[in-house]
Amino acid sequence: MSRVHILGAGVMGLVMASELAARGHAVTISDPAGGSGPQACSWWAGGMLAPYCEAESAEEPVERLGSGAAAWWQSHTGLVTGAGTLVLADPRDRGDLARFARLTKGHQAIGGDGIAQLEPDLAGRFREGLFFRTEAHLAPRAALGELARRLAARGIVVTPGPSEAPVTIDCRGLAARDSLSDLRGVRGEMLLIRCEGVSLSRPVRLLHPRIPLYIVPRGDGHFMLGATMIESGWRGPVTLRSMMELMAAAWTIHPGFGEAELVATGSDARPAFPDNLPRIRRRGDVIFANGLYRHGFLLSPACARMVAEHLETGAQPEFMDEVRI
Amino acid sequence: MPVFYGTAVESALMLGTAQYPSPKILEEAFRSSEAGIATVSLRREERGGGDFRALVADLGAKILPNTAGCHTVKEAVTTAHMARELFATDWIKLEVIGHTDTLQPDVFGLVEAARILIADGFKVFPYTTEDPGVCARLVEAGCEVLMPWGAPIGSGRGLMNEYGLRVLRAEFPDQVLVVDAGIGLPSHAARAMELGFDAVLLNTAVAKAGDPARMAGAMAGAIRAGRMAYLAQPMEPRDMAAPSTPVLGRAFLA
Repeated sequence: MSRVHILGAGVMGLVMASELAARGHAVTISDPAGGSGPQACSWWAGGMLAPYCEAESAEEPVERLGSGAAAWWQSHTGLVTGAGTLVLADPRDRGDLARFARLTKGHQAIGGDGIAQLEPDLAGRFREGLFFRTEAHLAPRAALGELARRLAARGIVVTPGPSEAPVTIDCRGLAARDSLSDLRGVRGEMLLIRCEGVSLSRPVRLLHPRIPLYIVPRGDGHFMLGATMIESGWRGPVTLRSMMELMAAAWTIHPGFGEAELVATGSDARPAFPDNLPRIRRRGDVIFANGLYRHGFLLSPACARMVAEHLETGAQPEFMDEVRI
Repeated sequence: MPVFYGTAVESALMLGTAQYPSPKILEEAFRSSEAGIATVSLRREERGGGDFRALVADLGAKILPNTAGCHTVKEAVTTAHMARELFATDWIKLEVIGHTDTLQPDVFGLVEAARILIADGFKVFPYTTEDPGVCARLVEAGCEVLMPWGAPIGSGRGLMNEYGLRVLRAEFPDQVLVVDAGIGLPSHAARAMELGFDAVLLNTAVAKAGDPARMAGAMAGAIRAGRMAYLAQPMEPRDMAAPSTPVLGRAFLA
């Protein structure tokens, strides 16, 4: 059993705390904000557990290591919806659908009838698509809240200031740039809308040469629209251009979204290393787990497991590229 | 080897830096392409984009900032000035978009912005249509480089008006001509070079390939082959077969 202190209560910190506590380690956790919230980029995430779809633009480890994420989240929160992912394209962008199919696994091609069976509200709107049956999604804020609640039930609560422990695990995301010089921010923007007129039961991705968009049902008529990918660490408010692009894509999926209420907008910068893959780095008594990029919910369980195994056996896990004991 | 405003560049391939799966893959693509010039956009990335700009600066290619995403003369001019400060270069790839869906250049705005920027000391690389009248105005404004499109940006359709590009080469023998946009395959890039173009600028064809680094290498090879073919003065096509060995008296003529 190790005694560890975790810095940061975003998705990486809370998953790390949950995994280590479940394995019997003595865990404390701190965050200057006192808990998860809008200061963490995971607060604004889509919450798609979509290892196959992500392989369209991500390297191999994302699919392999992300494939266990849905099971982890289900056992630690019970809040996972396993309804798959539907990928669509405007008829004039059908070349992009062929490309997406070529670069990904775990899908079946479906026609208009298949789409209408899965999502009756989209009947007649699209003639071809891809269905990723085994993918899942969750509502990020609810899931993070549930992790915090279950940790609290074990007596582990997020404190504003760090506490003493032989080992510190730094899960501060982009804030750890003060120690990790090759970490950069990749800006993402999202909208939260409420729409009574359209209902969807699973995340829908719309392929488009310039604006890849997804829309995730959050229940109670709410949907999350995301997300831009801009090579910038700026964390300021959503721009009009990004908002218009996101809204235009939603309109393409179903014009009924035109009547939606804009509930909230969000933006933040994702922490990423140059290959957009996570890293675990050990410098003495500090272990960094960072760089989850747009895969916070998908890859944090695998990263937490790697850190746990390192603590327990001294093994050097896949994502560990630096060890200075 | 092309010479842009007095600067000789080793490679006739100019490669864009957008839409790669990661900066690491971008770097691998540049290494296997040996591209001499890297284009980089600024409109959306100006705020907080310092980390990415530093990565691009480390690619070892000369930086050509662009005004991608600008729809008016004023926007393009402002972005060009910003680029000059951020990248410490007076080179600017000038884009003034006229049509949102096809990203066709607004040629009237383009000529106006080129005039303003050249008066401000910029070396302008204008993204234009293949219209010789527009190109003449750009040359009159002081552009030594012309960058007509092959097809709309990101469409990968190749050279839609080969005749027009051929006319431009004949019309502007002293200007540096670059096919910018529309390249999807190495054969498209080779064709542009066979027509006597000095360089090819592309981005999506490499960034969105399943294996960007490998496609970058294929583009580089095609561009070299096309250039060599142009310099070698290709034969003219003809209608009838022209046997390369004499056939008179052979049995099959009987």
